[in-house]
Amino acid sequence: MAKPADFSPSPEPRILEESGEDGSARCMLVGTWNLQALARRIAELSARLQTHGMDPRAAWDLTGIERLDDAGAVLLWRAWGGRRPELLRLRPEHEAFFHHLAHAERPPLRRRGFSPWNAALALGRFSVLVADHVAGFLNLLGQVVIESFWLLGRPARIPWREISANVYRTGAQALGITAMVGFLIGITLSYLTARQLKIVGADIFIVDILGIGIIREIGPVLAAVLVAGRSGSAMTAQIGVMRVTQELDAMAVLGISRIQRLVLPRVLALALALPLLVLWTDFMGLLGGILAAEVQLDVGMQDFLLRLPDAVPVSNLWLGLSKGLVFGALIALVACHLGLRVKPNTESLGAGTTNSVVTSITLVILVDAAFAVAFSHVGFR
Amino acid sequence: MSDGTPVIEVRDLHTRFGRAVVHAGVNLVVYRDEVLSIVGGSGSGKTTLMRQMLGLDRPARGSVTVFGCDVHTGDSRELARLRTRWGVVFQEGALFSALSVFDNVALPLRELRLLPQDLIRDIVMLKLEMVGIEARHASKLPAELSGGMSKRVGLARALALDPELLFLDEPTAGLDPARSENFVSLVGTLRQELALTVVMVTHDLDTVAALSDRVAVLADHHLVAVGTLPEVIRVDHPFIESLFRGERGRRALGAALPELQVS
Repeated sequence: MAKPADFSPSPEPRILEESGEDGSARCMLVGTWNLQALARRIAELSARLQTHGMDPRAAWDLTGIERLDDAGAVLLWRAWGGRRPELLRLRPEHEAFFHHLAHAERPPLRRRGFSPWNAALALGRFSVLVADHVAGFLNLLGQVVIESFWLLGRPARIPWREISANVYRTGAQALGITAMVGFLIGITLSYLTARQLKIVGADIFIVDILGIGIIREIGPVLAAVLVAGRSGSAMTAQIGVMRVTQELDAMAVLGISRIQRLVLPRVLALALALPLLVLWTDFMGLLGGILAAEVQLDVGMQDFLLRLPDAVPVSNLWLGLSKGLVFGALIALVACHLGLRVKPNTESLGAGTTNSVVTSITLVILVDAAFAVAFSHVGFR
Repeated sequence: MSDGTPVIEVRDLHTRFGRAVVHAGVNLVVYRDEVLSIVGGSGSGKTTLMRQMLGLDRPARGSVTVFGCDVHTGDSRELARLRTRWGVVFQEGALFSALSVFDNVALPLRELRLLPQDLIRDIVMLKLEMVGIEARHASKLPAELSGGMSKRVGLARALALDPELLFLDEPTAGLDPARSENFVSLVGTLRQELALTVVMVTHDLDTVAALSDRVAVLADHHLVAVGTLPEVIRVDHPFIESLFRGERGRRALGAALPELQVS
């Protein structure tokens, strides 16, 4: 019959101290000095060891230790200040632990504090990284343009299925969220301006404000921000996972162009879907605005719709739609660029997805500002 | 086995990751119809060497020529042709997760844009049969496959275009002993049927002993030995010592090389 396993608790690690005749300390260590036994009392034990460890006259008797492991040995070694005390007795089988420690290298822990030099280094590294991203992005854009022209001559090779799948995913499936957000923003905007307009008695100008504001500015930016959060992150994650699972490598060795198969369909699909989403968001925003105006201002739906074509020249709509096209291509390019740069680990995948959303929303707002300056004379009476 | 025509030529290859030197002057020639195993410890750069042969990674210096075409600087049309002449089996299979088993194997064939669909279907089913995947698994997605099956589907995809050159990255890693033996004998059979040149990266000595005509040992940033297994084992180098003459090495090679057991 097998002996039952010994579940009795191992003897606690203990330190027995005595003072010798000449006043020097004598430390006897007994019990189990392994990680499990020490972990619970590590602070107390190491503090007590420290008090004697610095005393060169202290004598150490380790023969009472029943079990020792590396953790226990390191604890003692540290208390002794990284050297073997002169008066030391220990069991021969424990000799090896300290022998290894005496020969182990201890690279200093590097602590990074703030210094101007480090700050300058970090700034330099960041600049190089940004420049690298810009170069990579332009490179990708160039490749997309080149491959598009190449495909123009070979329409049979255009990845129609991927394009249509992406239009569905990024466009059709985003109709719900853009409708809801557009509608609510329309109501809010209408409410806020209605109060101001009532004071000056210029009620009917609600049409101008909402019309220009939503069609020219809010519709495109709102749709772009929502799509960047929804589809931009998804695109980065999809391509990034393909890097992690080596699918990108498999495509490369099969000689399949990732630009043609992955990037181009996404860019084309989003450049097509986003203007349509902008139109849809404009519509829902205006609808919300009209309903709120009717309640708040006695500007009925008919008045609103009759005045709209006069108040808002149609060039505003074209401007809004072309913004949608540019934003769509931009979001998809940023998402693909960052997706292709994901390194094969999960950390990098998460960082890439976050960066994709942050970068594309920032770029959308920057480009929107550029549009505002460049077309400041277009679309007003 | 080999007729002495070089298929892959690696010349004076240097690789660095940041400050870490991986390769410092690697030279290697792979001949037609041979099976060459690249062995080495973890981090010795054997997978990197293979990725450079495939043109996936760029070396800091040196060149890799496959079928006479430089994989890093070659003309894009020549490279496209080259890619139809080799097949690669990645460590985890690297199957396209959005495509079924059938579509994964069919993809390289469809990419040629020359073959009718019914012919592609027959070729795919033949390749699946060759690697021992039953027809009822053809419509499964890669996520539904076991590790061994993923690898065999990966092999079927690599063989889809009837390549002359086959790369295997850790062909038996992650497989249980029975399955890895199965996979090894599968590669052995296919290699004879299809007259393949095989380059294999592995640290599994059983696989090395079972398949290789020649072995290249990567250690200390160099190829410390290249030759047949008995030749390589006699080379005096600490890594070879520990790899082949250790307990595991003796057990794995014992059957192939009886003289080892005596020594």
